[in-house]
Amino acid sequence: MPDQSLDATAQTQVAAERKIRVIVAKPGLDGHDRGAKVIARALRDAGMEVIYTGIRQTPAMIVEAAIQEDADAILLSILSGAHMALFPKIMELLRAQGAEDILVVAGGILPDEDIPAIEAIGIKGNFGPGTSTQDIIAFVRANVKPERLAQPLPPLRTGGVAVDEPARGAQA
Amino acid sequence: MLDDLIARLTAGDRRALARMVTLVENNDPASRAALAQLHALGGKAHIVGVTGSPGAGKSTLVMQLVRELRRRDQRVAIVAVDPTSPFTGGAILGDRIRMQDLVGDPNVYIRSMASRGSVGGLSSATRDAVRVLDAAGFDTIIIETVGAGQAEVEIVRAAQTIVVVTVPGMGDDIQALKAGILEIADCFCVNKADRPGADQAAAELRMLLSLDTQRDKDAWKPPILKTTAATGAGVPELADALGRHLAYLRESGQIVVRGERQARSEILALLYQALLAKLGATLGPAHFDQIVAAVAARQSDPYSAASVIARALGIALPSEDDATG
Repeated sequence: MPDQSLDATAQTQVAAERKIRVIVAKPGLDGHDRGAKVIARALRDAGMEVIYTGIRQTPAMIVEAAIQEDADAILLSILSGAHMALFPKIMELLRAQGAEDILVVAGGILPDEDIPAIEAIGIKGNFGPGTSTQDIIAFVRANVKPERLAQPLPPLRTGGVAVDEPARGAQA
Repeated sequence: MLDDLIARLTAGDRRALARMVTLVENNDPASRAALAQLHALGGKAHIVGVTGSPGAGKSTLVMQLVRELRRRDQRVAIVAVDPTSPFTGGAILGDRIRMQDLVGDPNVYIRSMASRGSVGGLSSATRDAVRVLDAAGFDTIIIETVGAGQAEVEIVRAAQTIVVVTVPGMGDDIQALKAGILEIADCFCVNKADRPGADQAAAELRMLLSLDTQRDKDAWKPPILKTTAATGAGVPELADALGRHLAYLRESGQIVVRGERQARSEILALLYQALLAKLGATLGPAHFDQIVAAVAARQSDPYSAASVIARALGIALPSEDDATG
């Protein structure tokens, strides 16, 4: 283990400390999250900060989490086959927020014939079963936009994320 | 760009708010100037720290507390800190999982932060993140620390009201809390109070508090509340207690005392960083490693080594300088 104080010295000298922040989310209704957890753990071990949202996420929940957490990337794990219903909605909500600079990567059970359509809406990676976690780490590192923090944000939208449905359990 | 971000985050733009938090969390040099402006804008929020052992139910309790504060029409922000791996620098931030019910409410903002090598259950950037949220006009800002056990009392340097969460069945562990976390609590929650032993845990806490002579000088008696975060039972009482404590802080002038305590520790922490930076620049890590190795090999001792380094920095160790106050 390196000495703590010297770590601190080194950090102070370089001043800024940029960490890749990613959301790992499971959209839709399938509850099989072992794959998502393996990915989350692998990204953590690669030095990234992983915000794990858990299962049964709506597109609005995922996009709102990404906005609030200022994530560099969203990793979607889906096994249920509902990707063609959910993915376009996620991309639409991101666009509505002017958040196209966030990398969106998908993985899980994605039939080959759907992949062109998924890629056409701007979702990258599209990793299937058997993909090495190292490949996913390398892909995220290569595709997040390191300069996004220095760029001005798109014009003001007051009042937060436009939500297409009430949150579960929200009440007055 | 920073001025634009400040204007927008104070107007309620969540992307600007999130971006500013990222910049201060990354210790981005440009954010320093923004922090000066943000500090001037803040000072209105009630800053509540929630701490306690891992698995005590902090995240769930915070979620329920926020729902209650929303019923009272407050705007609420949450900073949830989870640990950074000391080996890889990565982190899994999972507090959002238990806060799903709050998603979709534009008057709630949740931010996960990694502890990034700090000790005491608090990220060193947490205070700056809170400064941003304060300037953004939230009524209450809740800081949820990493699961903390005994001496992780850093939270007192960031929050005005400290909630310590414990659970029944900790038995002698409550005794162990005595010297650390017990002393910083402004309010206790015995969470999971639907489990056996909740009354006993509350009674033990009451007994320990009665032994604390320091507390006698204080007009504030920390309430001991029984909560069940899973159902929300006891949470309105918690929200009431937080309100009463804030009123006490204001009436007693303690709010100024606490503010000054925080300011003092922040200034000293920054000076300490600057000193470490100067140390790095003066000696270089390699030279420092040599000195460390010499002390470890017992060719030198920590006091002599520190004395030599201090002289190189143009200062003296306190023991060598009688004029030190």
